Amino acid sequence: MHKFDEMFSQLPDNGQFQFQGQSQGGQSQVQVQGVREHYRNYALWLSRQPQEAMRARREEAEMIFRRVGITFAVYGAKDEDGAGTERLIPFDLIPRIIPAGEWATMEKGLVQRVTALNRFLHDVYHEQDIIKAGIISADQILNNAQFRKEMMGVYVPHRIYSHIAGIDIVRAPNAKGEGEYYVLEDNLRVPSGVSYMLEDRKMMMRLFPDLFSSHRVAPVMHYPDLLLETLRASAQPGAPDPTVVVLTPGMYNSAYFEHAFLAQQMGVELVEGQDLFVKDKYVYMRTTRGPKRVDVIYRRVDDDFLDPSVFRPTSTLGCDGLVDAYRSGNVSICNAIGTGVADDKSIYPYVPKMIEFYLGEKPILNNVPTYMCRNPDDLNYTLANMKDLVVKEVHGAGGYGMLVGPAATKQEIEDFRKAVEANPSGYIAQPTLSLSSCPTFVESGVAPRHIDLRPFVLSGKQVQMVPGGLTRVALKDGSLVVNSSQGGGTKDTWILEV
Amino acid sequence: MMLSRTADHLFWMSRYTERAENTARMLDVNYQTSLLPQSAAVAQVGWQGLLSISELLPAYAARHGDVEQQRVMEFMVKDDSNPSSIVSCLKAARENARAVRGSLTTEVWETQNQTWLEVNRMIREREFQRDPGQFFEWVKFRSHLSRGVTVGTMLMDEALHFMRLGTFLERADNTARLVDVKFHAVQSDFFGAASEKDQEYDFYHWSAILRSVSGFEIYRKVYRDVIKPERVADLLILRADMPRSLHASLNEVVSNLAMVANDQSSETQRRAGKLRADLQYGDIDEILATGLHAFLTQFLDRVNELGARISRDFLIPAKA
Repeated sequence: MHKFDEMFSQLPDNGQFQFQGQSQGGQSQVQVQGVREHYRNYALWLSRQPQEAMRARREEAEMIFRRVGITFAVYGAKDEDGAGTERLIPFDLIPRIIPAGEWATMEKGLVQRVTALNRFLHDVYHEQDIIKAGIISADQILNNAQFRKEMMGVYVPHRIYSHIAGIDIVRAPNAKGEGEYYVLEDNLRVPSGVSYMLEDRKMMMRLFPDLFSSHRVAPVMHYPDLLLETLRASAQPGAPDPTVVVLTPGMYNSAYFEHAFLAQQMGVELVEGQDLFVKDKYVYMRTTRGPKRVDVIYRRVDDDFLDPSVFRPTSTLGCDGLVDAYRSGNVSICNAIGTGVADDKSIYPYVPKMIEFYLGEKPILNNVPTYMCRNPDDLNYTLANMKDLVVKEVHGAGGYGMLVGPAATKQEIEDFRKAVEANPSGYIAQPTLSLSSCPTFVESGVAPRHIDLRPFVLSGKQVQMVPGGLTRVALKDGSLVVNSSQGGGTKDTWILEV
Repeated sequence: MMLSRTADHLFWMSRYTERAENTARMLDVNYQTSLLPQSAAVAQVGWQGLLSISELLPAYAARHGDVEQQRVMEFMVKDDSNPSSIVSCLKAARENARAVRGSLTTEVWETQNQTWLEVNRMIREREFQRDPGQFFEWVKFRSHLSRGVTVGTMLMDEALHFMRLGTFLERADNTARLVDVKFHAVQSDFFGAASEKDQEYDFYHWSAILRSVSGFEIYRKVYRDVIKPERVADLLILRADMPRSLHASLNEVVSNLAMVANDQSSETQRRAGKLRADLQYGDIDEILATGLHAFLTQFLDRVNELGARISRDFLIPAKA
């Protein structure tokens, strides 16, 4: 399973690294052969670290994370204290390193992709040229559950819909066996994880300051600044000095730490639905000095819960009349309502065509080849090859609703086959990529584990991002699922000038 | 300007922290007193008084029946069905802090969080049972730390003022209850004791009260006199320079209220000012003559009303 590693150009057959436990008497006689250029320094350093020292660092990290309260809430879970609804996100000590040259290309590709996706969203809610051009069928857009008819014809500042986009990227060998980056998924609604990117960096600098003096690691800590700039830029023209707030579902939400963290880092209020009200189509928050106008809402609440008068009527997480105020151009909502129509797995296969259609450019980043089960040919192929494919529900998220063929039992494959046959357009399939792995400090020592990367792309007056992103790692040996809800961890991500 | 909900969480975070400290103080005093030679009946009165301070006698009785030292201590320390137990207070303080962690400095949040993590560990590892005195010291220390880190790191804006309001409103309430119950306990022979044995008991009784509010040394310094009940009452009620007195607490309430005043809070400020004036110009002999219990009952009602008014004016304002 582990054939394609970030640190080593060739992994030993047993998957164990050669430098394990060979550092003695302060003198490294370590073989760090086969290490890729940009990992050379780090691998040498790692080979000199006794395992006990690494273990102690990991314990220190856990203690600090717990004290700082960097946790995610697990719905319905409780441990023996009854306080266990909060878990630490597992943090791995070994960074994922990307050479600056590779990042430069990736960054260009991300700007291109997110620009095209925003153009697509504008088009979908206005002229719908892409349908007229016959590139995507009207049915796939207009009957998509994520399409919000309420957004038709609504002006949004700078025509930006997805101000904060999280693009999931994996590295895998191409046909020639060379490493290549593939976009696995676009997250255009309320992508999360950026606080872990920042906290992981802070932790690494605290645990291993010497590494940062011996490596030129591109900084990421200015992300909240860029985010605030992006949010302010998204204000309606009538708000020259906009008041920005972060809207959270509340402290029992799994990403609450991140909501609070970002609000604090930006110096803006963290509000809940109950703190907001709409009067005469303007949005206000309740303060100790009376109502205060709100101009930009960075919402971390899904569309469905934003406004009980338009969407789910029982929702208490949003604010009555918000959509009306939004449509009247009196408040900005980031990300816009209705962005889900562009990050749906059934739309994903069309992104390369969008890039050509809207920008007249060749896509810089690859898509993973995708079989759309709504097409009879693709469906037949999928059904015939399920044991080799990854099959995903179009609306699934968080690592749920998917089948990893090579890792599934016969029964699981049969169950999934029935589900696909019953509703073909609800599924897509992709070949099982041999995702790259990265050395990870696990119980048995340093071992390869699969990783992905989620850069956070900000679109305001311009499209920008901090170098890198959040690297997620599947901590279970052989697992391809990196989601924190499924036992995934995180790593610091270094963009490195070699 | 801050969110009303945020102000509410900050206010209650401080109240619960202060309440945990005061509970620890009272438990500590009762526990220390229980180490002195005394009759079972006297000890019983002490523990009973402690429960009635917090209006918890019925809740305790329903759960545990007879008043018995170990059970009262556990009920007041770690019973999470008791909203006034130390664990419940520290949990509520931490939950309130977590809800507004973005409005707190890192240091304030981490102090709250660490206190909560530690108290769970101490209970789990039975540290409290092994050495109750040490445990109560620890709770007090964490409260000192929490107050210090607040004053030492928070921007001096509304957030801080609402936290201070919570602290001192709670303290006014807690000190008043303490005085009320402890004076009640010896009501029968209030002024001077008949026998020498009783006099000795009195010394321990009053000095215990003083110690529970860190006031023993202060008493000596201020009055340079043997411990007399009326002076203890004077110190805890009327002295503006005694940090846990009613007067000092109300001074803080009034000044912090002034800092957050809004369009609708003038009546609340007036009432707070009036209550403060009653203490400022109060006379202990007069209060004792008209009845200490009646005075304190009325005081508690007025503090309670202030709390409700602060909620209405700032923390849950009506829709505009």
